[in-house]
Amino acid sequence: MEASTALVINAIIAGLLLGGFYAAVSLGISISFGMLDVVNIAHPAFIILGSYVAYIVNDRFGFDPILVSVVLSPLFFALGMALYRIYYICFEKRGQESLRGLAFFFGILFITEVTLVLVFGVDYRMVSSVYGDVTWRAGDIDFPMRLVVPFLVSVAMVVGVQLFLTHTFFGRAVLAVAQDQLALRLMGVNPVRVKELAFALSIATAGVAGAFLIVIQPVQPSIGREYIGLVFAVCVLGGMGSIWGTLIGALVLGIAESFTSTFFGPSWAPAVSFGLLLATLAFRPSGLFGR
Amino acid sequence: MTVKKVLPALGRWLGTFAVALALAGTALAQQPLKIGFGMSLTGPLAGNGKAALIAMEIWKDDVNAKGGILGRKVEFVYYDDQTNPATVPGLYTKLLDVDKVDLVVSGYGTAVIAPAMPLMMQRNLMFMTLFGLNVNSKFNYDRYFQIMPAGPEPAVGWTRGFFEAAMAMNPKPRTIALVGADAEYPHLALEGARVHVKRLGLKVVYDKSYPPNTTDYSPIVRAIQATNPDLVYLASYPPDSAGMVRAVNEVGLKTRMFGGGLVGPQFAALKTALGPLLNGVVNYELYVPELSSKFPFLEEFLKKYQARAAKEGVDPLGYYLPPYAYAMMQVLDQAITATKGLDNAKLAEYMHTHTFDTFVGKVGFAKNGEWSEPRVMMVQYGGIKGNSVDQWKQRGVVTVLDPGPYKTGSVRAPFQDAKN
Repeated sequence: MEASTALVINAIIAGLLLGGFYAAVSLGISISFGMLDVVNIAHPAFIILGSYVAYIVNDRFGFDPILVSVVLSPLFFALGMALYRIYYICFEKRGQESLRGLAFFFGILFITEVTLVLVFGVDYRMVSSVYGDVTWRAGDIDFPMRLVVPFLVSVAMVVGVQLFLTHTFFGRAVLAVAQDQLALRLMGVNPVRVKELAFALSIATAGVAGAFLIVIQPVQPSIGREYIGLVFAVCVLGGMGSIWGTLIGALVLGIAESFTSTFFGPSWAPAVSFGLLLATLAFRPSGLFGR
Repeated sequence: MTVKKVLPALGRWLGTFAVALALAGTALAQQPLKIGFGMSLTGPLAGNGKAALIAMEIWKDDVNAKGGILGRKVEFVYYDDQTNPATVPGLYTKLLDVDKVDLVVSGYGTAVIAPAMPLMMQRNLMFMTLFGLNVNSKFNYDRYFQIMPAGPEPAVGWTRGFFEAAMAMNPKPRTIALVGADAEYPHLALEGARVHVKRLGLKVVYDKSYPPNTTDYSPIVRAIQATNPDLVYLASYPPDSAGMVRAVNEVGLKTRMFGGGLVGPQFAALKTALGPLLNGVVNYELYVPELSSKFPFLEEFLKKYQARAAKEGVDPLGYYLPPYAYAMMQVLDQAITATKGLDNAKLAEYMHTHTFDTFVGKVGFAKNGEWSEPRVMMVQYGGIKGNSVDQWKQRGVVTVLDPGPYKTGSVRAPFQDAKN
């Protein structure tokens, strides 16, 4: 295979793998922000929390971090339920969710970060896994398992959430709450309960994405802030509230970043990614799959 | 009033005055000597900041156990600068104007030293700093001093060892790729590397920076590989150091020598996390167990540091920053003791004209406040097995390539062969 062809194929594969990870970190925002209209700016903090949970169990017992995150996702689900309940009682119920709710989630972001600093210190943490240092090669094409495994689990998670939302009663209720809460009430469904469970689902996905993050790169408590812009960009690019859109948007940004890094220089990657976002919004303001 | 009556009264007055003076003097001597600083205790560089603080507190305990400096116990007043340069000027103003500290020193790193400089210059303060790279090149302040052993031309001295080791290879390398994070330290390190590249007549085939929050580095490594360089010089911070080393291993980078300016592998966290992936990488270190015989007092300090670091969850090895943080305070101690006071002008003058015995060896300062002689060690990692931290406490996984007096071997090349 010619070097340039291999370079192009590798760039596409690297972009897809990276996009898979971006989809996982953005999935929760797509649910909370895109469907529930809850501006959960603390989403990256829960990703980092997921990273540390995976780190603790991996460090103490040697269990696979991604497996740990999937098994412990009910804990994040419960945390999400509790958090939404507080948010609802303190802000949403009183119609103060816009600015004060935003401040609330900012507060959660900083409290989580500082708590992690106090408990774990500020050193970078990494995990060990059987696939972490393994690269599968097909000729000149590389498949680093450190990215392949999170990609596969991420795609499975996105597809699972999409099927859940479109093929279950509760899922359809979540989609309905995003469109018309009053209509949902008229059908005898409590929209607050639906939002509570859907928000909990978004936090559970953040926990799993946190395990992906610590498999891919070292993590310290404040690293989550770097993903705030990205998760909202993916969500908006894909179309607010569209799960498929989140996946496609994440893959598009991943490939754009990888291509730019490979052929034009990595410092251009954010500019190209966000330029792409702006261009998409100029022609399609609701995003790629937005309604 | 007769002379007979006046003299005893005068005597009593003088006696009382002398006692009062003595008491005042004693009270002054008993007042603590307050040293103020900002330190990164949260934020991206907090790992280093906390490690430096432990070292400085060990120094404080040691000094106070010996009776303090000039008979005064040493006290620290410090605040968390959050690794945020914007907090620094206000923080030092508070230390000087509200806390009324006697002296100030810097926190860790270029990013928080540079913003403090205008205030130090405005108030004519002697400013002892911790690991700023080439900060004074912009200020030319004659009361600035810096403890990192990069030499009088810091950017050049910092990168010199990599090129000395590279040019010792046979045949000599001809092409180089330069890559680093889009941040202050990598910019300066790459600036220094470019000076050597020009001096040695190397051809630059790749010269690019990347955003610090990059997630996947393999596209960068593949782009570098496509240019087929003899050498790859990388200047990076811990997360990207880890990302680049992983990507280099995943892609199977074929070059003769890789590394140079990676921040991170000096600390136990990355040493243990990357483990065998570091084999073959050439990088700078400031202390390695291979050189323990050359720094006899350091072992004693490291024992104290490692015991405290384990409790506080920071770098358990402490080879990189802590000895120099301690040495910075030793320099200050010796200068104050020698000048018998806290006069900033006298301290600065003394520090410019004398050398200091510290745990990291003899320290002398050049006109710009940097070390008069560079002493950054360029090493190559090899023979690392598994991820145990203990192997880093013993000899055998590091070869010192440069500088000459500390050299323990030559570079193994090409890079992929050196990995085995």
